[in-house]
Amino acid sequence: MPASIGQRIKRKEDPRLITGNGVYVDDIQLPGMTHAVIVRSPHAHARIVHIDAERALAAPGVVAVVTGEEMKKAMVAPIPCFWAPPFVQNPPHWPLAVDTARYVGDGVAVVVADAAAAARDAADLIQVEYEPLPAAADLESAARPDAPKVHAELANNITYEFKFATDNIDQAFAGADVVVKTRNVQQRLVPNAMEPRAALAEFRKYSGEVTLWSTTQNPHLLKTFVAACLNIPEQNLRVIAPDVGGGFGSKISMYPEDYIVTYLAMKLGRPVKWTATRQESFLATTHGRRGVAEVEMAARRDGTILGCRINWLADMGAYNMAITTFTPLLGFGVSPGPYRWQEHAIDVTAVFTNTMSTDAYRGAGRPEATYYLERTIDALARELNMDPAAVRRKNFVRKDEFPYTNPTGFVMDSGDYETALSRALEAAGYQELRQDQARRRQQGGKLLGIGISSYIEACGVGPSKALAAVAFGGNLFDAATVRVEHTGKVTVYTGASAHGQGHETTFAQIVADQLGVAVADVAVLHGDTGRGPVGLGTYGSRSLAVAGAAMYQALQQIKDKARRIAAHRLECHPDDVEIDEGRIAVKGSPDRSIAFAEIAAAANFGSHMNYPEDLDPGLEATVYWQPENFTWPFGTHICVVEVDPEDGKVQIQRYVAVDDAGTIINPLIADGQVHGGIAQGIAQALFEELVYDPSGQPLGTSLMDYAVPTAPELPAFENHYTHTPTPVNPLGAKGIGEAGTIGAAPAVVNAVVDALSHLGVREIDMPLTPERVWKAIQQATKGGVPA
Amino acid sequence: MIPAAFAYHCPTSLQEALQLLAAHPDDARVLAGGHSLLPAMKLRLAQPATVIDISRLTDLAYIREEGDELVIGALATHRQIEASDLVRRWAAGLQECAATIGDPQVRNRGTIGGGLAHADPAADYPGILLALDAQFILQGSGGQRLVRAANFFRGPFTTALAAGELLTEVRIPRPAPMSGSAYVKLARRASDFALVGAGAYVALAGGTFAAVRIGITGAAAAPFRAGQMETALQGASASAEAVAAAAARAAAGVEMMGDATVSADYRGHVTGVYARRALDAALRRAQGG
Repeated sequence: MPASIGQRIKRKEDPRLITGNGVYVDDIQLPGMTHAVIVRSPHAHARIVHIDAERALAAPGVVAVVTGEEMKKAMVAPIPCFWAPPFVQNPPHWPLAVDTARYVGDGVAVVVADAAAAARDAADLIQVEYEPLPAAADLESAARPDAPKVHAELANNITYEFKFATDNIDQAFAGADVVVKTRNVQQRLVPNAMEPRAALAEFRKYSGEVTLWSTTQNPHLLKTFVAACLNIPEQNLRVIAPDVGGGFGSKISMYPEDYIVTYLAMKLGRPVKWTATRQESFLATTHGRRGVAEVEMAARRDGTILGCRINWLADMGAYNMAITTFTPLLGFGVSPGPYRWQEHAIDVTAVFTNTMSTDAYRGAGRPEATYYLERTIDALARELNMDPAAVRRKNFVRKDEFPYTNPTGFVMDSGDYETALSRALEAAGYQELRQDQARRRQQGGKLLGIGISSYIEACGVGPSKALAAVAFGGNLFDAATVRVEHTGKVTVYTGASAHGQGHETTFAQIVADQLGVAVADVAVLHGDTGRGPVGLGTYGSRSLAVAGAAMYQALQQIKDKARRIAAHRLECHPDDVEIDEGRIAVKGSPDRSIAFAEIAAAANFGSHMNYPEDLDPGLEATVYWQPENFTWPFGTHICVVEVDPEDGKVQIQRYVAVDDAGTIINPLIADGQVHGGIAQGIAQALFEELVYDPSGQPLGTSLMDYAVPTAPELPAFENHYTHTPTPVNPLGAKGIGEAGTIGAAPAVVNAVVDALSHLGVREIDMPLTPERVWKAIQQATKGGVPA
Repeated sequence: MIPAAFAYHCPTSLQEALQLLAAHPDDARVLAGGHSLLPAMKLRLAQPATVIDISRLTDLAYIREEGDELVIGALATHRQIEASDLVRRWAAGLQECAATIGDPQVRNRGTIGGGLAHADPAADYPGILLALDAQFILQGSGGQRLVRAANFFRGPFTTALAAGELLTEVRIPRPAPMSGSAYVKLARRASDFALVGAGAYVALAGGTFAAVRIGITGAAAAPFRAGQMETALQGASASAEAVAAAAARAAAGVEMMGDATVSADYRGHVTGVYARRALDAALRRAQGG
């Protein structure tokens, strides 16, 4: 049997999912089930004066109306934020607003009825009297001392300040030939998972068991926090994430509705389901990005970069959700990028605003930091009149310098940045592109731009030791159980929780590869706290690098035991047998072998007569594992755009990506991950933005207004890989889920600015809509562009 | 995404539909393909007490020649228009326009009559139908009247339709020999609605423009004819240079819309760009290109 690792196998889960036979939370129907609708604040900031639910309660089918005060009483503690060391202001966040609503969409009351339509109708009958308060909607204004306060009990809107600088940063700037400065804006993005959030809870009164089905990326954490906050004995709560249709980070947080439906199911003694509308996905599911950074870079005339200062203002929104506060810190460790300057400084100022909370969104902090850096590297190249590829190459950490401690103190495990850049330049035909660009500039008409972005990631979230350096007092381990059934079929449980990544296939390939069984004979179970070991879910490109590595180690235990049973039967030493193609054979004597299924039968129900005396029965292993370090994927992306100076439209001509995620288990799935990631990065660069007006009203909370790209807007991606396995885990796999997003936005923006650089354009804020591009040209040329 | 309660009627004849419309003059909305009305109802932005679903009036889904006119029933879908050889022969610009609306799902459900009666200021059809000098039949229970496209659109979501009237047919005059039409648009990425859409019709006589009509949609509160650009080209020699020179006046005298995402300045600028591109394309067709 060829090794299963490295095979382009089609996803096992797809026939189910694409024929409509998946089971999502909203598909689940339970006897006596009720439906909940949340009444949400139409104001960005308002005191809740009075709530009159009388008419709603009298409406047909209505079972209950609950408001903030009652939900607060039900909670032992507020909704948790994972990173709130003492210097982080962490005001309480209750499932429904108590006294004050702090963003448009903040839940104020919940209506429960026999039918979804009855609940929706009744929600319109609830009269909420608000006293509007001044709102701090804009990030930069909210940071000022005189801004309206999002949380009245706090001194200001500054969630925290994080300052880091190496000792000689000022000298680096003082001694530089050149200093460039850029100002980079990260707009607010809406993650827009295809499946909106949903939660359903059932309470079995006589056993005390509570089951919560939720569209979560991490059921085990959700279980612990819902149990703790609602004072449910943890052993009685089971959380199930059935099929989940995308998350991109927006389903990491423990959401108000998880607590609300669980509380209501227990209060009412009937199952309670809540399903978000698409509009609620915009209003009340965490957003991504939104920040502004000023970057200064000091360099010698020859292109050697001496140091970098980043001043990053980050929008937290109204409340600290799970990863809200920590997201910029995930960018901190990668903020020097793949480069080797020694002097580095970064200041993060995190700010509360009267908007929906931001949180992890595909890349979480790393796309922001990479964008700030890669835009500035291009500005430096322009200032030095050097090729942007040459500036990057000159400053890369070299491949013989790993493990490499970067100036933030993080230890980068492995890398070969120069090869990735060279491969990308070669695949793109860089020199020819530059010639074509020059030719087009002379001809007039549409302009060509070439954008490069080199990135690193810190994936495999996350090692306790490395996290402690940024005051994260936790341990993000994962776990796996492998059970070989009596018939030799294999059931494995992972603590990771897939919501589109293809774990059922990738993990089955690891099992098949190690045990010599068919992929079809492996069932991969996940997303259910009631079966399998505890794990911490899927985000931060951690599933393979942490949970997959745990699985690999459990498989080694299974193999050891299987070898001992086989050796006993074949009357040889366990070291002298090998596993291959469903059999275990004596090395060098393939005819002396025993079927793997026979070993399984012997271990499960076999008689002692043919079994090693000192061996326990069963063929099952569980491994809990925590990595020593992050893994550090990297790559270089090159985007080629055509810009129409007449109307400002940008068309992506080509997109070349060279990514290195170490060992790739399934190249087909890896391609899919990179394609999706690039699409989301392009989306940020060209299309997507949710704008809040100065009063805090979100403008355009539907897919008619918010431009998620579709296939016609995207080019055929040209994907290439280099393979530098990580020494951090035994699989050598680094993680590939976020790479595309991190690489793409700066590559696209660099390309568009490159296309227009001869006209004097230096900066355009994302998204690069036709109007923004056209205006940038007008401003640079004072309207003198040929129409 | 659950609409508020409403009374639902599904007439099986035009007469029955008109009677229902007359019986609910203030609170009824007509449902055809549903691609504008239903999303608004699901968001509860529209909460009509009565919905009159005319989708069973399938005899209004025709496209045919009648004498010197191409006539299109109100329930013809965008997809039907996009796929019609007859439409392509009469007015390539109309076919082009239908093909740019939304996506295949939308085009398979949405109807020309529904789109026109809804009168979204960013809808595509008005741009080309103004250029083609189309007329619409507005049918009431007491009779029908014929209204030119130029007199039909009054403002955002506002038309010449009176209470109790249904738009039943679009009539397009036979194009002159040596004529051509075209529709081009700059789409808003999210919705595919026109940020600016330009429809053009030209007829040539010798080497000069005998007729030039340009309809602009998406740029102003209501679609409009680019009157000053038309005047500048009337009788001029038919060339791309003449078109380019006149295009600067495409938006002259019309107040451009500005909103949170697109400024009036930019709309004014691209109105000229797209008017020129549409006219260039129509000219090439007229010249047999």
